[in-house]
Amino acid sequence: MNAQEHAARPAMIRLAGVRKRFGRKQVLEGIDLAVARGESLVVIGGSGTGKSVLLKCILGLLIPEAGQVFIDGQETTRLSPRARRVVMSRIGMLFQGAALFDSLPVWENVAFRLIEGERMPRRKAREIAIEKLARVGLGGDVADLYPAELSGGMKKRVGLARAIAADPEIVFFDEPTTGLDPIMAGVINELIVEQVERLGATTITITHDMTSARRIADRIAMLHQGKIIWQGPVDEVDHSGNPYVEQFIHGRPEGPIRMAVRAP
Amino acid sequence: MNPLAVIGRITRNALAAIGRLVVFAGVAVSHVVRPPFYLRNLLRQMLTIGYFSLPVVGMTALFTGAALAEQIYVGSSRFNAESTMAAVVVIAIVRELGPVLGGLMVAGRVSSAMAAEIGTMRVTEQIDALFTLSTDPLKYLVVPRLVAGVVTLPLLVIVANIIGVFGGFLVATQQLGFNPGSYLQVTVDYLEVSDVVSSLVKAAVFGFIVALMGCFHGYHSSGGAQGVGRATTNAVVSAFILILFANLVITVLVFGVDAVG
Repeated sequence: MNAQEHAARPAMIRLAGVRKRFGRKQVLEGIDLAVARGESLVVIGGSGTGKSVLLKCILGLLIPEAGQVFIDGQETTRLSPRARRVVMSRIGMLFQGAALFDSLPVWENVAFRLIEGERMPRRKAREIAIEKLARVGLGGDVADLYPAELSGGMKKRVGLARAIAADPEIVFFDEPTTGLDPIMAGVINELIVEQVERLGATTITITHDMTSARRIADRIAMLHQGKIIWQGPVDEVDHSGNPYVEQFIHGRPEGPIRMAVRAP
Repeated sequence: MNPLAVIGRITRNALAAIGRLVVFAGVAVSHVVRPPFYLRNLLRQMLTIGYFSLPVVGMTALFTGAALAEQIYVGSSRFNAESTMAAVVVIAIVRELGPVLGGLMVAGRVSSAMAAEIGTMRVTEQIDALFTLSTDPLKYLVVPRLVAGVVTLPLLVIVANIIGVFGGFLVATQQLGFNPGSYLQVTVDYLEVSDVVSSLVKAAVFGFIVALMGCFHGYHSSGGAQGVGRATTNAVVSAFILILFANLVITVLVFGVDAVG
C-alpha cells in the first residue's frame, strides 16, 4: 500500500513520542510509529539499537518514561493489571528463544492461555493444541514431549503455535529466524505469513535478517540510535536513498553506522 | 575515591534492596487471597518441598538427636543429673534443633532450586511469556511456592522432631542403658504445648523465608547463566542468615519472658 493509503487506514497500533532509558543510557528517544489493521510491519536495525525494548514497551513489559502506546485506540501504558490482561488476550507473541515453559509438555505450552486464562477443560484444550501444532507442521507425537527434547526449529514452531493458539488480532515476532539454518528460517517465514494471513492479524516483527524481512513485511521501519530513521513499503527499501538503510541491507562494514561494542 | 560516597552508595543500595524485598513480599502475600488460584502448581510445590525433603530432614534429625543425647549424657553425668537427659533432649530438639536444622536443610535444597528455576525462566524470557499469556507471574510462580513453604515446613518439622527424639532414645536405650519406658515418660512429661506451638510457628516462618528468598532472587536475576548462579547462591545464603536471625527473634519473644520471670 502507498503512503496515502496507509495514512487513511485506522491504526491498530500507534506509538507517540515513546521514550525509554536505563540509567543514563537513553534507548528510545521518541518513537512515533503507526501500524494499520491487518498490516505487517518489520522493524530492522542492528543489535543493541533498542528493537527488543521497543517491542517490550508496546507489550507493557516495560513502562516508557514518556509517550503513549495505543492499541486499537486504547492508551495502554498506564493500564491496571486487570485491563492489561484483557488487552493481552488479543495479542500473541513469539519470543526469540521461543520461551517455552520447561516444566510443561508441548501441548500444555500451546494450550496455556486456554487452560489458565479461559479455564477450558484440559481434554478439550489438548485437542485444540494438537490442531494448532498441525498448523505449524508438527504431528501429535510431539504433543507429549518436553521443550528440552526439541530442536531449535521445532521450539520456534511450538512457540508460533502457542502465539496463535487463541486466534489473536495482533502478533509480535522477536527475531523469528535468528539461530536457524536458512531452510528452517524459510519454513518459519512461510508459516508466519500463512498463519498471519489466516488470522488477518496485525503484526510487528523485529529482525536483522533481511531475507526474513522481505518475505514477511508489508512495510519496513529502521531503528537506529533510538529513533525511526526511515520507514516505507517493503519494495522501496532497496532504493530508500537513506545511507543508514543502504549500509544495513547490504551489510557493509563502512558507512554512517558505527557498531556499538557495549550492550545497552 | 571519596569514602563517604562509598558508604553512602552501599547504604543506599542496601536500603533499595530491602525496599524491593518488602514490596515483593507484600505484593506476593496480597495475591494469596485473590483469585485465580493455581492449585496444580501448589500441589506440585508441596510435593517438592515436603515429600522430597523428608529423607534429608529425617537423616539430619536422626543423627543430630543421637549426637545430642550423647553429649548431654556426658555433660549431665558430671553432676549426677543423667535423669534429666530425656527432658533436655526433647526440649532442645523441639524448641531449637528440629525447626532450625529442618529449615536450613530445606533452604539448602529448595531455595536454591527455586532461585535457579525462576532465574532461568527470567533469563530465557519465560516470565515475560507468562505475562503475554495474560498470566500474572507472581500468582503463577511465587504464590504457590510461598503457600507451599508455609504449609509444608511445619509438617516436615513435626516429623523431624519425632525422629530427633527417637535418635536420642536410640542412643539412650541401646548404648547408655536407659529404661525405654521411663525415658519416654520423662520425654512426655517435660514437653509442653508451648514448645510444640513455638516449634511450628518457627517452621512456618522459616518456610516463608525459604520460599521468599528462592523466589525473590530468582525473579530478579539477570545476566544469563552467571546471573542465575549468583541468584542461587544469594538465595541460599540469605535464607540461612534470615532463618537464624528469625529463630533468635522468635526464641526471645516466646521464651525470653520465662527466662526473666
